[in-house]
Amino acid sequence: MSGPAQLLPGTLDLLILKAVSLGPLHGYGVLLRIGQISERALQIEQGALYPALFRLVRQGLLKASWGVSENNRRAKFYELTATGRKRLREETDGWNRLAAAMGSALAAQPEEI
Amino acid sequence: MKLLAYFRSFAARFFHRSQTEADMEEELHSHIQLRADDLERSGQNRAEAERRARLEFGGRERFKEEAREAIGGNFIETFLRDVRFSLRLLRKSPGFTTIAILTLAVAIGANAVVFGVVNALVLRPLDVPHPENLYGIEHANEHNMYESYPDYLDLRDRNHSFDDLAGYTMFQVGLDTGDNPSRAWVYETTGNYFDDLRIQPYLGRVFHSSDEHGPNSAPYVVLTYAYWQAHFHQDHGVLGRTVRLNKHPFTIVGVAPPEFRGTLVFGMPDFFVPLVNQEQVEGRNALNARSTSSVFMALGHLKQGVTPEQAAADLNSIGAYLEKTYPTDHGATTFVLARPGLYGNRGGALTAFVTGLMLLAGLILLAACANLGSLFAARAADRSREVALRLALGASRNRILRQLLTEAMLISLAGGALGLWGSIALLRAMSVWHPISRFPINVPASPDANVYIVALALALVSGLLFGIVPVRQVLRADPYQIVKAGPSATVGRRVTLRDMLLVVQVAICGVLITSSLVAVRGLARSFDSNFGFEPRNAMLVETELAMAGYHPDQVPAMQKRMLDSVGAIPGVDSVGMISQTPLYGGGFAAAIFTDRTTDLRPSNAVATAVRFNISPEYLHAAGTVLLAGRNVSSQDDKSAPRVAVVNREFARKIFGSTSNAVGGRFKLRDGTQIQVVGVVEDGKYVYLTEDPEVALFLPILQAPTSQICLVVRSSRDPRQLAEALRTTLRGLDTGLPFLIETWNQQLDLALFPARTATVALGVLGGMGAILAITGIFGMAAYSVSKRLKELGIRIAIGAHPSEVLQAALGRAFKLLALGSVAGLVLGILATRVLASIVYQATPRDPLVLAGAVAAMVLLGLLATWIPARRALSVDPLTLLRED
Repeated sequence: MSGPAQLLPGTLDLLILKAVSLGPLHGYGVLLRIGQISERALQIEQGALYPALFRLVRQGLLKASWGVSENNRRAKFYELTATGRKRLREETDGWNRLAAAMGSALAAQPEEI
Repeated sequence: MKLLAYFRSFAARFFHRSQTEADMEEELHSHIQLRADDLERSGQNRAEAERRARLEFGGRERFKEEAREAIGGNFIETFLRDVRFSLRLLRKSPGFTTIAILTLAVAIGANAVVFGVVNALVLRPLDVPHPENLYGIEHANEHNMYESYPDYLDLRDRNHSFDDLAGYTMFQVGLDTGDNPSRAWVYETTGNYFDDLRIQPYLGRVFHSSDEHGPNSAPYVVLTYAYWQAHFHQDHGVLGRTVRLNKHPFTIVGVAPPEFRGTLVFGMPDFFVPLVNQEQVEGRNALNARSTSSVFMALGHLKQGVTPEQAAADLNSIGAYLEKTYPTDHGATTFVLARPGLYGNRGGALTAFVTGLMLLAGLILLAACANLGSLFAARAADRSREVALRLALGASRNRILRQLLTEAMLISLAGGALGLWGSIALLRAMSVWHPISRFPINVPASPDANVYIVALALALVSGLLFGIVPVRQVLRADPYQIVKAGPSATVGRRVTLRDMLLVVQVAICGVLITSSLVAVRGLARSFDSNFGFEPRNAMLVETELAMAGYHPDQVPAMQKRMLDSVGAIPGVDSVGMISQTPLYGGGFAAAIFTDRTTDLRPSNAVATAVRFNISPEYLHAAGTVLLAGRNVSSQDDKSAPRVAVVNREFARKIFGSTSNAVGGRFKLRDGTQIQVVGVVEDGKYVYLTEDPEVALFLPILQAPTSQICLVVRSSRDPRQLAEALRTTLRGLDTGLPFLIETWNQQLDLALFPARTATVALGVLGGMGAILAITGIFGMAAYSVSKRLKELGIRIAIGAHPSEVLQAALGRAFKLLALGSVAGLVLGILATRVLASIVYQATPRDPLVLAGAVAAMVLLGLLATWIPARRALSVDPLTLLRED
């Protein structure tokens, strides 16, 4: 399989939290940041970002405020709350455990059984 | 925490809706601008860059919608949008909307009316303070609540369970307020009645125990509010006024509060008088007689913490005392406590009937829901293209379902409101209706909050019920398939929910039709049955000489004069006299003992007979056939040995046969020995539905009574005859209150329950039939329209009309047959309940069965006629050219 990888359900929220944890971002910035940190491997449909952002705000994981972008456009900036930071830690641990388990499971060879 | 945040955002969204909306719009706009900036930097011109940015962004409206859902709190907004959209859709199909709303209005209206009656009669407590611990005392083995006055006093003074025990009885009196003497209904109550019930007067005062100083010591009247309003025009000067009650002066001391209607739900008095004045009211003084029932019902509030069972045990110990102390007057005396409003457990049949009605009404509503459910399903199927399109454009299934439900709810609320409006009008009319003009019987059914709540709840539930039917269909829908293939591809062959609904509905209709036919048949039969007298061409004159102030010694002579003068009226064939006509509000009971019995306690009685006192001419005038022996005669007076005429059932039960009875002897409770001189045919005496009862006719000269009814047999026009009777009786005594009516009019009372039941069932049955017809019609018409193309092909290749019909409607007919059979069987089972109300209501009647089957067949034909015509008139050419 070539081209961008498909996002697993539920991983978008984690990616957003991670992206925002590196510094306050507006929506478009979140997209760019995800593209950048995943080395262009993960592509997100642009519009689909916003429902996820609003959901995270509602859950109290992100907070939003209006500001001005680097090229002087009014934009809404998102940053992590304390709860959001905690959630990011937990989910990162969980993801790492899952990834490690999946990795070793899929790497199993016939002679190891 | 999360919940709090949700509510906060909900509130924020609700109050700052437009602001968040603008916020969101601006944010998305800024996103696109930022993206466009990037694209522009990579060398595109601005316009091209913005276009690309918008394209890349994707379905903006869809994401906005999802974002709104993510924010939460957009419920109201979505709801309002759904309402607007639904209203637009409903307006586009006015036929569908009207039919759906009307169907529901009828069904919910019927439920509200029936519930209103149940509410008034069964659920709503008496309108007195603290009705929850108010109980009446009922005899456990006799299912009545009568007490003699001395027994009442013992119960009142010896019990440890009641705060106080009051008693009352109903009686009809002649009331003279100065002009025209009229008849009125009174509660004769014990002095503590108002205090025990904690009723405060609206005006003046009520009477108390302290007013009682022996017989006739308290000539006071407390008016009900309604009577005060109707007859005294709310005149406050009425207090202290003297009125003549049966010619005796009574003083009006007060007016009861408007909400107090006495302590019997369906019987409201005109006023209250103290029971100690019994002699003036009833013309007899039985206050010292333990063998005479003076109290119709004893009732009171239980003491704090006393349960009905404890109270019954307490009363039973008094019963045991009474039985031991007064053995000649008491058999085993045990008590249970009962709710006073419906006269204890006698209200059982009524309760069963109204519960049955409620059930039937519920079934009607269910049928209506089934009907609308299939209508909605059909509509959803027709709209499947639209739904598919919306799904493909990105609408979520949730939104589509929510919109469908909103549509259903709108219809059900509109139907519910319309139905409630109708039922309120009907209930209001019912609560001022006096079905039997001369009895104070009335159903106080004016609707209250309960009725409104039930109607609203029914509307919402039924909206959910039929709104949910098409849900599965929508959930299953695959937009791509439907858009590609068109809706007809989804016509299935297997049993669907819609089919099942239709079967259920037809079955319900079958139940209703069967039970209403059974009721109608029973009613018809009760008109034809042998009453033991001939009500046609007979006029009745009821008088009560005690009301006109006659002393018992003067009564026989006056009654003789009445008989003679009425008999002399031209056109009168015969005239007789009876203490109280049969089938008219019960009768007097007499315990019968064999001649050999010496211990005359009630438990030794061989039978309880319905007792009538008659003049010699009565049997002839009433048309009662003498089977053996002789009639009573004018020689059977006080100086002659006591004799009686009995009915065939009496003869059979006491003497074994009619021939043995003549000349045989029996004893009454007081030890009087009586010889049977004649036997008459059996009749109906208390209820139309009764089994053969034992009846006893005593010569009126040996058992005088001041309350009598003249039976005047004549073929003259009733109105002319009534006029002649009135002139004649006024000629004898101008102050005599009397009532003239035909015997058939009087029988209205006996037939009232059966008539009411029949009308109620008939109305419900009719509604069930209409619903079934529209249901079947809808189904058949739908299936024909769906398969028009197939039918056209069949006709084109030369199918016979019967084959076309088979293809088009075979399924409808099968469902119809299945439902009808189920309905008939269930209906036959259900009519067992009816047997207690309607005379000889039995489903094992070929006519009823044939009628029910014919009705169902007719229904089916009626409902499928138009679809069948349409199926047969298909023109293959036009049809095949069409699409």
